[in-house]
Amino acid sequence: MHESTKDHAALAALFNKDEERVNWHDETLWWIRQKRDKNVHQLPEWEALREAASQIKFNVLSNLHDYLLQFEKNATANGVQVHWAADAKEHNEIVHRLLQEHKVDRMVKSKSMLTEECGLNEYLAEQGVEVIDSDLGERIVQLAKEPPSHIVLPCIHKKKEEIGDLFHQYLGTPANVADPQFLTEAARQHLRDVFLTRRAALTGVNFAVAETGEFVVCTNEGNADMGAHLADVHIASMGIEKLIPERKHLGIFLRLLTRSATGQPITTYSSHFKKPRKETPIHIILVDNGRSVQLGRKEFRNSLKCIRCGACMNTCPVYRRSGGHSYHTAVAGPIGSILAPNLDMKKYKDLPFASTLCGSCSNVCPVKIDIHDQLYKWRQELVKEGYTPAAKTISMKLMAQTLSSPTLYNAAGKSGRFVLKHVPFLVNNKLNPWYKEREMPEAPKESFREWYKRRDA
Amino acid sequence: MNSRDKILSAIAANQPEKTELPDISGFKGAEEDLQSKYATVLTAIGGKIYFVKDENEIAATIATQFSQARRIVSLVDNLPIDNVETVISDPEIHNLKNVDLAIIKAKFGVAENGAVWITEKDVQPRVLPFICEHLAVVINEGTIFPTMHEAYQKIATLEEYGYGSFIAGPSKTADIEQSLVIGAHGPRSMSVFVKV
Repeated sequence: MHESTKDHAALAALFNKDEERVNWHDETLWWIRQKRDKNVHQLPEWEALREAASQIKFNVLSNLHDYLLQFEKNATANGVQVHWAADAKEHNEIVHRLLQEHKVDRMVKSKSMLTEECGLNEYLAEQGVEVIDSDLGERIVQLAKEPPSHIVLPCIHKKKEEIGDLFHQYLGTPANVADPQFLTEAARQHLRDVFLTRRAALTGVNFAVAETGEFVVCTNEGNADMGAHLADVHIASMGIEKLIPERKHLGIFLRLLTRSATGQPITTYSSHFKKPRKETPIHIILVDNGRSVQLGRKEFRNSLKCIRCGACMNTCPVYRRSGGHSYHTAVAGPIGSILAPNLDMKKYKDLPFASTLCGSCSNVCPVKIDIHDQLYKWRQELVKEGYTPAAKTISMKLMAQTLSSPTLYNAAGKSGRFVLKHVPFLVNNKLNPWYKEREMPEAPKESFREWYKRRDA
Repeated sequence: MNSRDKILSAIAANQPEKTELPDISGFKGAEEDLQSKYATVLTAIGGKIYFVKDENEIAATIATQFSQARRIVSLVDNLPIDNVETVISDPEIHNLKNVDLAIIKAKFGVAENGAVWITEKDVQPRVLPFICEHLAVVINEGTIFPTMHEAYQKIATLEEYGYGSFIAGPSKTADIEQSLVIGAHGPRSMSVFVKV
């Protein structure tokens, strides 16, 4: 878990200190967004696919109770053991218990944002269990003792030179070598040894099918399959919203997922796990952790349609310039900003404000979540619940009074113009947040009302 | 109340009014030359394509393309290649770590994304197409479907599987500064043979 006392604006300010890096981060993510566009525009049926995916997900949310029971029944019949976890703590305890039952204290794990959400690695470390993340990007941030900064591209904030230094320190590569090809090969050799020696593997779940009891895991690297097929026990962790009704619906979602995420037509591997190998159990943990509560919030339940493609992050003008860590939560960016306040409104009260409400996120979302509308609604909710800073509340009240009284409005306009013209340093200073990164405007000579009166006379 | 019942009752209380599933039967690929589309897409994602007429031609291509391969496992029947293992008798699957080339059968290919569909019926053990250094896949009878919709329609008619996977190209990563590197944890190359 990412404990931080700083809010998004303060963390973004830290990230913004290195302007060159911010520009690079911004451009890299925009390049991925452009790859997405190029790929998406090849499909004339794209909008119809989004609409179908959205409707399927609405159906899932409206029938989740029965689909979960159907999935449990079918998965159990397939020989998969199903577990239920009400919250992060219970999820972590189940994983630990399963590892103890198999007498395992070293585990390999492929990408699972849910385990980030649950703080699994930290919990298991406290229990004396070593976890190695096998996705290259996740391994890099793990070595750097940082959380992922993006759900699909975990180390998108890191320069290759920094990765070269990490590999030199931990994997014994030569100093000052930063060639991606060379570093990836070093990671391949290092992790191959991990795959061959770990007896337990944990994977995430991209989709689970109620009709058949199978689940699908997507990777480009092949790390989920390498871990799961070589281990004695496979544990899969999934949020309860990952269900889809029928196998044929995978056709819709697999077409949307990677095109939205990275502009690829599909991931290299889309593996369907239905039955365990001989004598090698599969355990699947169905995790709630606040999802059933979110389901009951009429305005916000649509966020549970998310398939974790990351398109909303790549397109977001705020995410691209503030970096994933500024969101201080497992899932960053626009979608994270509407998911996190559900878990802890106080801790994540800043996130719905980390947006320009431009709507680009909603436009690229493959399952048509109204992300920017929800950001706006969360702001209203947070103000209602009293979670906004006192200064903002007072200034908003003052502004409301001023705007509703012509006398006050005139006086305020006059004094504003006077200040900007004669004593600009009163506003052009660091105490005024509006002055940061901006020049204050030149004051007009008179207001519209003054001009209108003069014209009449 | 245990967690299972607690979660289920919270969901029952909170889920919205039932909405219907959309009809997705109208989704299908465009009429086009599927073999050439498949070849274009597979090449773009880093795979190699060979259109061949028979097993002899596959064997000849493999002999030239993989002349360095020492340990070859072939799960494709009647491939006239010398010194290949056609059955994996060693139950210790970790010993597959030195397989240079695995040759396997796929049920079909998908033109829109370059993927092949394999199931554990044809690929035993499951880890084989991941742990090998290079992967060669033979699609019998040149079966290629336009999109994933036709692919799942076909899967519904095939024998049920315990494990199945769409494999599209060699394993890859772009995690270091978005530089594409082929050969992450799985095969460093993928060659697809389509019999025409």
